[in-house]
Amino acid sequence: MRLSRWDALMARHPAFFALTLLVISLIVNFILQPDMFAGDTLNSNMRVFLPIILLSVGQAIVILAGGIDISVGSIASIVNTILATRVGLDGTPAQMGQFVFISLLVGIAAGALNGFFVAILRLQPIITTYATSFLYAGLALFILPNPGGGVPQSIAALYRDSRPLGLPLAFYVIAILLLIWWYVSSTRYGRYLLAVGGRQQAAYESSVPVVWVQFSTYMISGFTAALSGIALTMLSGSGNADIGGPMTLNSITAVVIGGNALSGGVGGVAGPVMGAVTLGILQNIISFADIDTWWETFIKAAIIVLALATPGIVDLFRRKR
Amino acid sequence: MKRFYLSPPLAALLLAIILFLLSGLLPNGYGSDLDVARAQAANILRLSVFLGVIAAGQTLVIISGSEGIDLSAGSVVTLSAILAYVIVNGDDGKVLIALLVAVAAGALVGLLNGLGITFLKVSPFVMTLGMSGVVTGAIIVLNHGNVSGKVSPLMTRLIARPLSPDLQIPNAIIIWLIFGVLMWLLLERTAFGRNLFAIGVNRVTARLSGVNVTWMNIATYALAGALAGFGGFLVVGNTGVVFIALGQPFLFPSIAAVAVGGTLLSGGRGSYWGTMAGAIVLTLITSLLTTMQMPESVRRMVLGATLLILISIYGRQRALRQ
Repeated sequence: MRLSRWDALMARHPAFFALTLLVISLIVNFILQPDMFAGDTLNSNMRVFLPIILLSVGQAIVILAGGIDISVGSIASIVNTILATRVGLDGTPAQMGQFVFISLLVGIAAGALNGFFVAILRLQPIITTYATSFLYAGLALFILPNPGGGVPQSIAALYRDSRPLGLPLAFYVIAILLLIWWYVSSTRYGRYLLAVGGRQQAAYESSVPVVWVQFSTYMISGFTAALSGIALTMLSGSGNADIGGPMTLNSITAVVIGGNALSGGVGGVAGPVMGAVTLGILQNIISFADIDTWWETFIKAAIIVLALATPGIVDLFRRKR
Repeated sequence: MKRFYLSPPLAALLLAIILFLLSGLLPNGYGSDLDVARAQAANILRLSVFLGVIAAGQTLVIISGSEGIDLSAGSVVTLSAILAYVIVNGDDGKVLIALLVAVAAGALVGLLNGLGITFLKVSPFVMTLGMSGVVTGAIIVLNHGNVSGKVSPLMTRLIARPLSPDLQIPNAIIIWLIFGVLMWLLLERTAFGRNLFAIGVNRVTARLSGVNVTWMNIATYALAGALAGFGGFLVVGNTGVVFIALGQPFLFPSIAAVAVGGTLLSGGRGSYWGTMAGAIVLTLITSLLTTMQMPESVRRMVLGATLLILISIYGRQRALRQ
């Protein structure tokens, strides 16, 4: 079977569609908000996008290997409550460093628990991580029953206002993430990820360590969820046990807009990063487009559905021709 | 050696009964008062009805396989509840119309889901998730944040009150039993049901055996939407109030009820009896935790842990090594 040029492009570069969407939304945003590439505006946008970008990267890894992680938002919430209660508004940088380290360990541990149930006990990922999301959300609420606490302004400013070489901090984080992925995807582990997501049984029969690969993806997503929680805490400066929950479904949408197959085995990390940025820009566009408040939810959802359906629509027309 | 085997629906039902019996031992439980115990059981069953009916559509799409799931069920419940509330507006004569509109609105959303999933090849998870947002957005556009309406006495009479004063069983439970029998007939005694299991097991073999997979898939999502719409009608008849977040709390529990009831989330195997038992177990656990006056944090953790234990017992997938 020969692939047409369009099919070949889509198959070889799943992120191509995500890039198109990103460029379109950037242009629209630029028209509505001409100063969006100015240093301050760029930074204030990117620091808001970074938590969801981090979440989407972990989610992308899990989905690549054929799973899904509904608990990422709750893990970010736990980290937020730990930092907000243990560091506090008058904490020292040393304390902050200590609890950032602990937070990362907590994230990895929470991911490992997911991995244990999904990879070792072989439970269905969607319902398992849904169950653990309750476990983690409950834990977050247990640590911080009422919104409050926080991290010192001076520490939060490190995240909000650092601009090494004039570029937003988020750019460096994204660059590091993409470099790591670029390296990982060329290693044996990277190929294992796609193999497990593509066809688990076949991967197992070709002696790919399926259980270990699946287990590791949940640890990675726990780790990035913790990073996201740290970013979120420094961004808001305060604690709230329900801060992460609503972000979970966005992270999944970002991965799919990014061109990765939800069934696993296809895609990368660059697409989901672009997907997450696109989602953030969409929110920007809607707030700047002077749309009637009542219509905001509807228009945003309709655009997302349309974006998700576009490859299908293109396909439909191509088949007709 | 014959392996001990308990079918998931039966296991879930037994668990519900054991939990209920144990709950009598709680300090503020029913103790040895049989009347109170019966009233409490009836109340928990009544609360399970709504989750149970909403989870019926979820059962169908999950059985249909290919990652089938309906994340728009929650917002469809809100939509149909609000539509019923506005249309009835206290008038008994308009109940039937309201019921039809509620079901039709649900079916329309389900149809859009089905079309998108089948023809545009969007995965069910994101398609229905996206539609959920669209429906919520549409509700906000339609009512601009305030809804004026009223449920009618007939609706309350039919749903929330008992059939007769002697028989202290709310009508909702009787509706649910009839509904359960109909669902059983649909799944086990019709061509639709047989084809549904067939496409759930393997779409290619189903197509080769002459099943119209495209049509089945669209019809399943449309039917699931209609059932969620019916659920919304029941919910508003029971509570008598509507708000924008009315349906969302039912969404993930509806998936959990299906899983707890032993329906494979990968499709092809399951039953509505299991979902009914699952709905009862989940409602029972939630209301027990409320009765025990646990703080919200502990409630969430216990619910999560219970779900994990339940699916660990029979939610395991095939082993890699065979």
